[in-house]
Amino acid sequence: MSTHPTLAPGFPDLANLPAARRMHWGRWLAAAAIVAALALLGRAFAAGQIEWPYVARFLTVPVILDGIRNTVIMAVLAMALGIVLGVAIAVMRLSPNPVLKSVAAGYTWLFRGTPLILQLLLWFNLALVFPILGIPGLWSGRAVDIMTPFLSALLGLGINQGAYTSEVMRAGILSVDTGQYEAAQTIGMGRLLALRRIILPQAMRVVLPPLGNEFIGMVKATSLASVIQYPEVLHNAENIYYANSRVIELLIVAGLWYLLVVSILTPLQMLLERRFARGTTRIGK
Amino acid sequence: MTPLVAIRDVRKRFGSFEALKGVSLDVTAGQVLCLIGASGSGKTTLLRCVNQLAEIDSGGIWLDGELLGLRADNGRLHRLSEAQIAKQRLKTGMVFQRFNLFAHMTALQNITEGPVQVQRRRPAEVTEEAMDLLRRVGLADKAASYPSELSGGQQQRVAIARALAMRPKLMLFDEPTSALDPELVGEVLAVMRELASTGMTMMVVTHELGFAREVADRVVYMDAGAIVEAGTPTEVLETPREPRTQAFLSAVIRR
Repeated sequence: MSTHPTLAPGFPDLANLPAARRMHWGRWLAAAAIVAALALLGRAFAAGQIEWPYVARFLTVPVILDGIRNTVIMAVLAMALGIVLGVAIAVMRLSPNPVLKSVAAGYTWLFRGTPLILQLLLWFNLALVFPILGIPGLWSGRAVDIMTPFLSALLGLGINQGAYTSEVMRAGILSVDTGQYEAAQTIGMGRLLALRRIILPQAMRVVLPPLGNEFIGMVKATSLASVIQYPEVLHNAENIYYANSRVIELLIVAGLWYLLVVSILTPLQMLLERRFARGTTRIGK
Repeated sequence: MTPLVAIRDVRKRFGSFEALKGVSLDVTAGQVLCLIGASGSGKTTLLRCVNQLAEIDSGGIWLDGELLGLRADNGRLHRLSEAQIAKQRLKTGMVFQRFNLFAHMTALQNITEGPVQVQRRRPAEVTEEAMDLLRRVGLADKAASYPSELSGGQQQRVAIARALAMRPKLMLFDEPTSALDPELVGEVLAVMRELASTGMTMMVVTHELGFAREVADRVVYMDAGAIVEAGTPTEVLETPREPRTQAFLSAVIRR
């Protein structure tokens, strides 16, 4: 005997009807419009005053490869400095000590409140303020020798990044349930041990996507260091076009390299995110 | 015999709300004490003061003969440093209503974390002891599971094992079964019952009157930040003298 109630007259038996394919007219229309726009754009660039062979030729010349290597080195080092400072500032900001708290707030205010390019120029021109740098009685040197383009760029980018990263870190720390900190306290952990072992590992999960964002921003922000003579890829591309006047071609070369580096970073970030997703529910996987 | 826990005239306020209005209480070693009362009566706050998760405003709490959180010196009271408070906390284990297991660690890692990182004991020895504890709470097969993979009852049993791994002298339970589905309450109470039978000193904030009747040596009824009535389970739960206790019990039983 069937457990299904029999259908009332006038209701078709849906089980026997085939499913009709839905036509997504809007999607077809949008796709056609975009293909047409891309074709026009492609034709414009092909017909425009760009010598594509130059792009291909300069893509892998040693000066450009040097430049992109310097770009990657600077981005990694400045981001590392930014993360170290960011964690320290975030922890200070959340400390009960009012002195540490205001120092942290002041740091963020100062370095987030002024343009990055201005900070780079200030570091690079530090010799104008302090001709001699050093620790009294221990060591000193001429500021022009110490504040090389490399060190100026590293300090400028890293310290600025620290201000932004500290806010990302603070958001991550605040996202961890207070019960986790209380549980850490009840097994005798002090504030710093609890932060290191319990809070920060869990904050990482929340912090990684915005941190990946910040790192991608950093890769591109290194181009600002071209104004203080740091030989990163944009600076080197400029040097070439000052000589051969192939401005657009060399800018495209630099642009392609930035795109490549950023494209490699995205899957790396996903690997890291998976690592720190330990113990979270498997929903959405 | 000096009590393991001596609470004297403890007051605590949150803003304008007086959570504890001068509470005094003794817990002798080996005793199981159940704190009952409506929410907002101050029983959880009292427990948190014993563990120094909340700071008392006045009065004093002595644990194992040691004044908690304060030091009398040259006729003045000095607040202890964070490190000294952390050290005092090692004598107590705490079990939370919401379990609060470390979400990024397996059950086993949750238990070994404190002994290894705080007490600096040898990892091999700690792991062995942690496995014994997991067996004791009936979860030896869940050592590698993360909290998110465990039921509420299982998480709470791991939380009890985590607290016991620190070898505390006093175990504090803050409504350990209130966040559990009804069918999971029994397994947690069974572990607590077993723990009580080994002579562990326990302070239990609970709504489980059956557990209090069966396991407690002493039951304390609190209301509005003060102790209204204290005595044996029979005295407080069967033949309460205070009208407020009677009203509370009849409201709970009628529910």
